[in-house]
Amino acid sequence: MSTPEHHEEEPVTKNGFTDPGLAHHRPRRADVEPKADRRAERQVAALFGLSALGTIIAIWAYFGLDAGDGSDVDAVHRMNLWIGIGVFLAMVGIGFGAIHWAKTLMRDHEMVEERHALRTSDENREAAIQNLKDGVTDSGLGTPDEAGTGVKRRSLLKGSLITALAIAPLSVLVPQIGNMGSDWNISKFRHTMWGPGVRLTRDPDGSPIKAADVTIGSVFHVIPEGLNDLEHHEKMAEKAKAVVLLLRLNPEDLKIQEGREDWSFDGVIAYSKICTHVGCPVALYEQQTHHLLCPCHQSTFDVSDGAKVVFGPAKRPLPQLPISVDDDGYIVAQNDFDEPVGPSYWTRLKGDSTTEATSVEEESH
Amino acid sequence: MGTKLNNAAGGTANFVDDRTSIGGFVKFFARKLFPDHWSFMLGEIALYSFVVLLLSGVFLTAFFVPSMTEVHYEGAFETMHGVSMTEAFASTLKISFEVPGGLLIRQIHHWSALLFLAAIMTHMCRVFFTGAFRKPRELNWLVGFTLMVLGLAAGFTGYSLPDDVLSGNGLRIIDGVVKSIPIIGSYTSYWLFGGEYPGGDIIPRLFTAHILLVPGLILALIAVHLFLVFLHKHTQYPGGGKTDRNVVGLPLFPVYTAKAGGFFFVVFGIIALVAAVFTINPVWNYGPYDPSPVSAGTQPDWYILFVDGALRLMPGWLFGIPMEWEIFGYTLSMNILLPALIMPGLFFGFIAMYPWIEKWATGDRGEKHVLDRPRNVPVRTGIGVATITFYVILVLEGSNDIVATLFHLSLNDLTIFFQWAIFILPPIMFWVTKRICMGLQRKDRELVLHGHETGTIVRHENGEYIEVHSPLDEQEVWLRVSHDDIAPLEVAPEYNENGVRRKGYRWDRFKQALSRFYYEERISPVTKAEYDEAQHHHGHGNAEADIQAADAKDADERLTGEWNKVEDEAK
Amino acid sequence: MHAIARRRHHKAAPLLLVLALLALITGVAAIAAPSTAAATETASADDIATGEALFAANCASCHGLDAEGQDGVAPSLVGVGAAAVDFQVGTGRMPMQASGPQAIAKKAQFTQDEIDQLAAWVSSLGAGPAVPTAEQVDASLGDAANGMEVFRTNCAMCHGSIGGGGALTQGKYAPSLLETTPTHIYEAMLTGPQSMPVFNDANITPENKRDVIAYLTAQQEGSPGGLSLGAIGPVSEGFWAWLVLLGLIIGATVWVGARSS
Repeated sequence: MSTPEHHEEEPVTKNGFTDPGLAHHRPRRADVEPKADRRAERQVAALFGLSALGTIIAIWAYFGLDAGDGSDVDAVHRMNLWIGIGVFLAMVGIGFGAIHWAKTLMRDHEMVEERHALRTSDENREAAIQNLKDGVTDSGLGTPDEAGTGVKRRSLLKGSLITALAIAPLSVLVPQIGNMGSDWNISKFRHTMWGPGVRLTRDPDGSPIKAADVTIGSVFHVIPEGLNDLEHHEKMAEKAKAVVLLLRLNPEDLKIQEGREDWSFDGVIAYSKICTHVGCPVALYEQQTHHLLCPCHQSTFDVSDGAKVVFGPAKRPLPQLPISVDDDGYIVAQNDFDEPVGPSYWTRLKGDSTTEATSVEEESH
Repeated sequence: MGTKLNNAAGGTANFVDDRTSIGGFVKFFARKLFPDHWSFMLGEIALYSFVVLLLSGVFLTAFFVPSMTEVHYEGAFETMHGVSMTEAFASTLKISFEVPGGLLIRQIHHWSALLFLAAIMTHMCRVFFTGAFRKPRELNWLVGFTLMVLGLAAGFTGYSLPDDVLSGNGLRIIDGVVKSIPIIGSYTSYWLFGGEYPGGDIIPRLFTAHILLVPGLILALIAVHLFLVFLHKHTQYPGGGKTDRNVVGLPLFPVYTAKAGGFFFVVFGIIALVAAVFTINPVWNYGPYDPSPVSAGTQPDWYILFVDGALRLMPGWLFGIPMEWEIFGYTLSMNILLPALIMPGLFFGFIAMYPWIEKWATGDRGEKHVLDRPRNVPVRTGIGVATITFYVILVLEGSNDIVATLFHLSLNDLTIFFQWAIFILPPIMFWVTKRICMGLQRKDRELVLHGHETGTIVRHENGEYIEVHSPLDEQEVWLRVSHDDIAPLEVAPEYNENGVRRKGYRWDRFKQALSRFYYEERISPVTKAEYDEAQHHHGHGNAEADIQAADAKDADERLTGEWNKVEDEAK
Repeated sequence: MHAIARRRHHKAAPLLLVLALLALITGVAAIAAPSTAAATETASADDIATGEALFAANCASCHGLDAEGQDGVAPSLVGVGAAAVDFQVGTGRMPMQASGPQAIAKKAQFTQDEIDQLAAWVSSLGAGPAVPTAEQVDASLGDAANGMEVFRTNCAMCHGSIGGGGALTQGKYAPSLLETTPTHIYEAMLTGPQSMPVFNDANITPENKRDVIAYLTAQQEGSPGGLSLGAIGPVSEGFWAWLVLLGLIIGATVWVGARSS
């Protein structure tokens, strides 16, 4: 199959030129100088030796170095560094050694191997097609020249088989997929833990916030009261919707939105922290420009003007949480958000009826 | 080798062959030839980093707990004491701090993942620019393309496993993107997360995908990919003696066993060195996932950056028109769908389909085993560079906050710049690249026709100065003239002689337009006739010039000698 | 360096009582004043006078001789407190050399004594937050684990997960905190310089502020994984994966593919 070098074949011509054939082999130094040959051999052996040394270093590091109990950053670092260096030497020693060997000492005369067209021969193809045809006939799935009831039966067979094959996976998939989505109640997107009288508390410790605590230029990262009492997964799901930013602006700077005149007081205002783009926490507050910036995709919202989008990929303003002060001077929510927080979804503007239905259902439980 | 050893080896070989007829395989593989070129090893880097991923991944699974059960950390790392976290995060901390050398393996695993995809993409670029995707390798291009997509999936599922704040915010973005899908989006989100985001199921689900499903598919497709490489035999760069009917190279055993085998150890070693010296994904800095916090520099690993960049690039309001549409009360978020799903779909679709697109334009049906020099296919090279430009702009936009801080720029200005650049720069880069390629082709023609510049200037007796050119040797000439000169397709007329409209005419017209785009403007390689004429023309001039060059050389030597004498005397 | 900084802040302590008294008398911004602002000595009239002279020579061109600021040029400094002066001047942000998106930290232009004198004068104009005591910024007294939780809720979104810094809009940025002194970190939280919001003691308690300092100080020990590549996240990791990792390996492929001489 492969014959060394001068392979006799009709020379290729292109644009009138004839292929000059393979260039002549140039001998390497190790091919002609015994000294160079011996030197290359020593180099290869030295590289293999280096590899062995690397293995020793790695094992020494593992047993010899004190990693402590893991609380000492330096000790952890030292251990990883020296094992890593050991592995590095152990590996590249073998690698560079073997390659150096191949490059300098192994025979490097280029050889030629013929290619064969990938297309199988015509006879082969015909035979293959004939075999398939025979199979089709044997199965009774249909011979084109046959007519009458036979064909009818076979088309029935074909149709029923295809239908069965097509729907059979559903017998496994539907129950599986059905389980994976838990209760499929997507109306949960509309509800957060906020409601009348729920106190705004500090994230993460859950302590309530007095109105007087919020000085101009401040920003508080807020969670609803009672969030920390929830079971872990429930807490995560609720927190993912309920986090709020509580800020205070100079009341002169604040443009109160129409219909939201009593949603804030003295320049203290609260917005959802979940971006209306794809749901990252919008948390970078520039107190001089009153801009909120999302670090993920840089949607920028103007807090002084209804958290409207001033830059970036988000389209909608951040939902505003209506707040007031309770009798003890703590900031509380007046109500839940009046729209779903976070990114848009297909039925975001729909389903107020389902919302009602679900909340009634929940109450009846 | 001692006789004993030889006998033992022979005995084993006999035993195995009697039971497996492996002799045939060994005969076939042992002397299989591979051409020698550094760029043919890029795919090997990907393969070997995948092997390193498997090895280090097995180690990590021995300690990682893919569970979202809440624990309060009591381990070694002091800045986390008492912090509430999932078992997934706690076990990642354990691997990092309490398992000696565990952090090294984690870092080896993560660096290999970054390398795996970088190597795949570099390999794809090599295959693209040299035309190695042409018949019969279109299917293998598709297999490789699928491997790239699976690599992205493997990377993303692994990135999220430690359940830290950084990757958690990545998952949150995925959730937002999924929710934007019309009709089924919300339900798909429930299906992925096992209910409302983030739920308690996503880490175990990603774990199964990351260690079983995706790597299983990758392994299977690697097998197909390599099988097809063996079946097709390797491509080779053009040169004397290298044709579409042969392969010239060195045998698998022993040369490539040593070179490629050794190269695995080199790749492994260099990954280990980088992992020993550089921190990667310090999850202990990010902290356990919590939906409220986020940190500056919240970005995915580099290979997903282009999607993140597209999301950043797409404005929510375009010239005052909202990009989130409300149709009959339903919400269609084009500001998410377009950059995060439609753009990657079209981009990847184009890459996957490219071999066929070029085939329509070329109309050539033969097997191509000799690679193209990129300059000889200016339009393809231009398309490649334009595609890379497009991709790099998205990656840079995905890193725009980092770029902004690094170079003291405004990230808003950067975004606006990239919003224009994404449309303007790729066509410019296409045009520039095409021009450069054609310039190089003209240079090749010059070289073939007139030879190398020697730097020797000769003055004719009539006072004219000329530079002596030395002709190219036959190998150098062949390299520059042996490519095809492809002309645009001609199509049969729309109506036949009976005035009947031909079926498929419009498709042919499309192919013709495509073909003109590729080949209308081209530099043909030098033909033998042109070459001979140039040689003939030079024949006289050269003989004369040679004599004069020899004269000039003599004079030069004489002058140098005299100068040296004067210098010696001066001493 | 930290030890020196601490000793100097002892010297600043006399100012605190003045501030506390002024806060009581004027009743302005009482909430923002740290509750622990207690000291035993008063700032001398000399200090205030020297501070006024320094101010007139170096700051008044923008902020005005009475420190009431100019619209569109510089803000009023009445009531910003000693902490703001110590932060702005101590980190070299003030005096500003050139106008830009934000003042840039550079080498401080004044000695700590001069800064204290400036602060004494500015805080004599109206009470504001005082410079924290050494105990308030002592990392060894803080709880780094709690600091991490506070930091990542309130600070990491701008300054990065361990304070490596990050970009804001229109060329502004949150600076890296890796080299910032504990006192300046504390003062920044208290006063909210430039784009940064104010984190008063009702929002982040003094103890929590100290915990944040403890967390940030712990980061200076370095990363157990090795060099941290700027601690700015996956972008720099990706960049290094291409440049160093793939770069080295492609270098190796070129050697493998090259013919031996």
